[in-house]
Amino acid sequence: MSDQERTLKFHILRYNPQIKGDTPTMKTYEIKEAPGMTIFIALNEIREKHDPSIQFDFICRAGICGSCAMVINGQPDLACRTLTSKFPEGEIKLLPLPGFELIGDLSVNTGKFMRQMSERVESWIHDKYAENVDLCKLEERMDPDTADEIYELERCVECGCCVSACATKRMREGFLSAVGFMRLARYALDPRDKRSDEEFYEIMGDDDGVFGCMTLLGCQDYCPKDLPHQTQIAYLRRKMAMIN
Amino acid sequence: MKVIYTDSLVIGGGLAGLRIAIASRQRGYDTIVLSLMPAKRSHSAAAQGGMQASLGASIKGEGDNEEVHFEDTVKGSDWGCDQDVARMFVNTAPKAIRQLTAWGVPWSRVKKGDRQVVINGKKVTITEKNEAHGLITSRDFGGTKKWRTCFTSDGTGHTMLYAMDNKAIELGIPVHERKEAIALIHEDGVCHGAVVRDLVTGELIAYVAKATTIATGGYGRLYAVSTNAVISEGMGTAIALETGVATLGNMEAVQFHPTAIVPVGILTTEGCRGDGGLLLDKDGYRFMPDYEPDKKELASRDVVSRRMTEHIRKGKGVSSRYGDHLWLDITLLGKEHINKNLREVKEICEYFLGIDPVKEYIPVRPTQHYSMGGVRTKATGESPNLKGLFSAGEAACWDMHGFNRLGGNSVAETVVAGMIVGEYVADHCAENDLNIDTKLIEKFVRREENKIIKLLNRDVGENPFELRKEMQDIMMDKVGIFRNGADLAKAVEELKVLNQRAKNIALRNRISTSNPELVEAIRVPKMIRLAQCVAYGAMLRTESRGAHAREDFPERNDKEWLKRTLTTWSSEDNDLPEVSYEPLDIMRMEMPPGSRGYGVDNTVHHPDTEKRVAEIEEIKTAHPDADRFEMQELLNPIEIPEKFKGKNERIGRGFK
Ligand SMILES: Cc1cc2nc3c(=O)[nH]c(=O)nc-3n(C[C@H](O)[C@H](O)[C@H](O)COP(=O)(O)OP(=O)(O)OC[C@H]3O[C@@H](n4cnc5c(N)ncnc54)[C@H](O)[C@@H]3O)c2cc1C
Ligand code: SF4
Ligand code: SF4
Ligand code: FES
Repeated sequence: MSDQERTLKFHILRYNPQIKGDTPTMKTYEIKEAPGMTIFIALNEIREKHDPSIQFDFICRAGICGSCAMVINGQPDLACRTLTSKFPEGEIKLLPLPGFELIGDLSVNTGKFMRQMSERVESWIHDKYAENVDLCKLEERMDPDTADEIYELERCVECGCCVSACATKRMREGFLSAVGFMRLARYALDPRDKRSDEEFYEIMGDDDGVFGCMTLLGCQDYCPKDLPHQTQIAYLRRKMAMIN
Repeated sequence: MKVIYTDSLVIGGGLAGLRIAIASRQRGYDTIVLSLMPAKRSHSAAAQGGMQASLGASIKGEGDNEEVHFEDTVKGSDWGCDQDVARMFVNTAPKAIRQLTAWGVPWSRVKKGDRQVVINGKKVTITEKNEAHGLITSRDFGGTKKWRTCFTSDGTGHTMLYAMDNKAIELGIPVHERKEAIALIHEDGVCHGAVVRDLVTGELIAYVAKATTIATGGYGRLYAVSTNAVISEGMGTAIALETGVATLGNMEAVQFHPTAIVPVGILTTEGCRGDGGLLLDKDGYRFMPDYEPDKKELASRDVVSRRMTEHIRKGKGVSSRYGDHLWLDITLLGKEHINKNLREVKEICEYFLGIDPVKEYIPVRPTQHYSMGGVRTKATGESPNLKGLFSAGEAACWDMHGFNRLGGNSVAETVVAGMIVGEYVADHCAENDLNIDTKLIEKFVRREENKIIKLLNRDVGENPFELRKEMQDIMMDKVGIFRNGADLAKAVEELKVLNQRAKNIALRNRISTSNPELVEAIRVPKMIRLAQCVAYGAMLRTESRGAHAREDFPERNDKEWLKRTLTTWSSEDNDLPEVSYEPLDIMRMEMPPGSRGYGVDNTVHHPDTEKRVAEIEEIKTAHPDADRFEMQELLNPIEIPEKFKGKNERIGRGFK
């Protein structure tokens, strides 16, 4: 990390749909770079010192909660863990994540999308006996490797980067998207979920589901948790094709 | 005026809040969850290390049970906890984790046969039993006798929260996102719901309910550097305080975690040390064994944080432009282990420090981490002063942590409290009608509305961001790991001034819809009052207990201080809270005060301690055949909802 101070130029899309007549404009803010500065730190400084109205969402500021995805110099990523030192030119352009309802400036409504996705894929264990499990008794056993594999697919933080990077999603409003596929793959792998392949087919066996996917893999390229989209989408397609 | 009616209003969509909502819904009550953002983004997601439950499936957890967990929890609390609640908790934790298993958490499992682990800096081979294969495994954590902390890699909180929220979605529980509760509606000692601000439209909405639960998490952001999420600002606790009726408990009990990265304060889990990581000083020397020869790096958190600070003060810290720090060395755990079980830690090191923890040491320093204090509740989770107001999770002082909580006991508390308090919330819904005068609702909504109008109309005044920064610096410098009378008195005086200045906030961005500056202006005065509760409580408590360490009163003083601090704030015009105390009755303790076994024991004992010890001996002699369950019944009979009463099964010992 160099100790020399740079001046960073942030070009940020500003638009508050709550204000009648407001129109989207790009605004530029200059701040002094500090060592170890992240976009989280920089945006807060801009809010505190330059413009208190600017909207963005950070919660954990540690790359864990998935709140802060935005388009950073053309690429969707988690802003909280993006260091400003990554950009040698010192110019950083920030846009809200496309594909989601805009709340204002850099803040988008991923929550609504993800809840709908969860409802659509029925993102929970389907087992009619689960509610009657005797909590006093030993838990059902699971193969240790299977448990690890499920966790690998469950690391998704619902940030929405994969959705915004997906060309199919842009053309098909109702396209389930990679985050939904990943969730389905996670439950399909889980022996506790008793859904049959036919039931999974009901959810994703059409063009808004896994057959609509063009496997261009924007999702894989931009997933900040490096989830194995390619293999999982291929796996789901094979599984669904067998039913067809 | 928009009014929304429900049976069970839950403020907070973290683990605790969601679990309460689930209990309400499963018992047939209408329930709504409020959250500042999508529930899955709640701070619970950040818990890495694990959840304590005495399953004892792993070989290093063998022999574990409720008794051992109870003992660790009470000791950890420095005898400051409510032992009835600690008992309810340890007895229910195994059920909580098993329920979460059925709901989908992919807990890491025991793998039979040999595996290599690092214990006390050395590679050791342990052999897991065949019959334990596939059961939930556990790792070592600070301050525990057994390996009791169950985990999913190091994404435990994430998987727990996802399972919980998914369960809530399955049950169709609505989560109203981007809504902030800014005041409670109450009259004559009864709570009727909350005034809520829509963070997008700015609209004020009254949520009216039979039962209102505060599950808003901790107040770590009163401090300048904290491991907590930026929204852990204690807002739920603050609106309870502002009723002037509800009491807060032990607000001065604030925990510092030994290993947050420097400078940003992001946590590296205790699992790093639990799995064998070491703390080193500027000479690469492992210093913890010199201070705590027995538990070393795995002494209780408060102890390790203080030892680190002492060591830095001796000039042994590594100097950096951000002040002195120490090293956390996990290189000895090896690449495979780090990639699998400490993956989030690795990502954090890569992204925020630009280092590879497989090869390099991690710069760490003790940092604010957990709020033991919060809304005081009875064992049922209900406020003793405000009927219909409940609280659970980090926001509450249910009081199973006393003055220091053990790692892994917090996410465990959120779900256990969620289960138990959830039943009492549902009972409350069954026993009470929703009847409230709309005039009362209107009065509270108007009051909040007027405050906001005033803020928007003021032309010149204080900057809320600056006020917050000043408050955070005061807390950091004067109400930190080590405390003393002079600094605390200064902090109290300075916070009084801030409290006055906070009455005169003016905005640059004067719109009532989505407006981060307005959000800040609403929160900062509340935060300053909470900070004052912490600072003033700390100043008055002239002893050291758990995380509250007074340099001028280094001994734990049971004789005068075995009591819980209660704070209320009765009038907006005051600059200080009212403080009173609630004694902990030794004669009812299952485990009378003793030594925690760290450093020198300089406890000033209470005369009842000896009496109770003798009494327990008598009870034991009188019942030579009593098993551990009967003995607990004799020493500490507790009430637990019927459905959670059964004994817990363990491998190799059945229900014994
Ligand atoms: C980095 C880190 C790691 C941790 N690791 C562990 C661990 O390994 N093991 C362990 O046991 N504990 C751990 N903890 C502690 C533990 O994670 C927390 O104590 C616990 O998750 C808190 O859960 P909660 O449900 O009480 O609150 P939270 O999860 O903090 O949820 C609070 C909720 O309240 C909402 N809210 C807040 N204010 C308002 C308002 N005014 N109106 C409406 N909604 C509001 C928020 O939106 C959020 O949904 C860790 C903590 C941190 C900081
Ligand atoms: S592979 Fe391409 S089309 Fe398919 S989900 Fe990923 S980004 Fe979208
Ligand atoms: S799959 Fe990856 S990119 Fe998509 S929401 Fe999950 S974490 Fe984000
Ligand atoms: S703020 Fe949580 S991931 Fe960026």
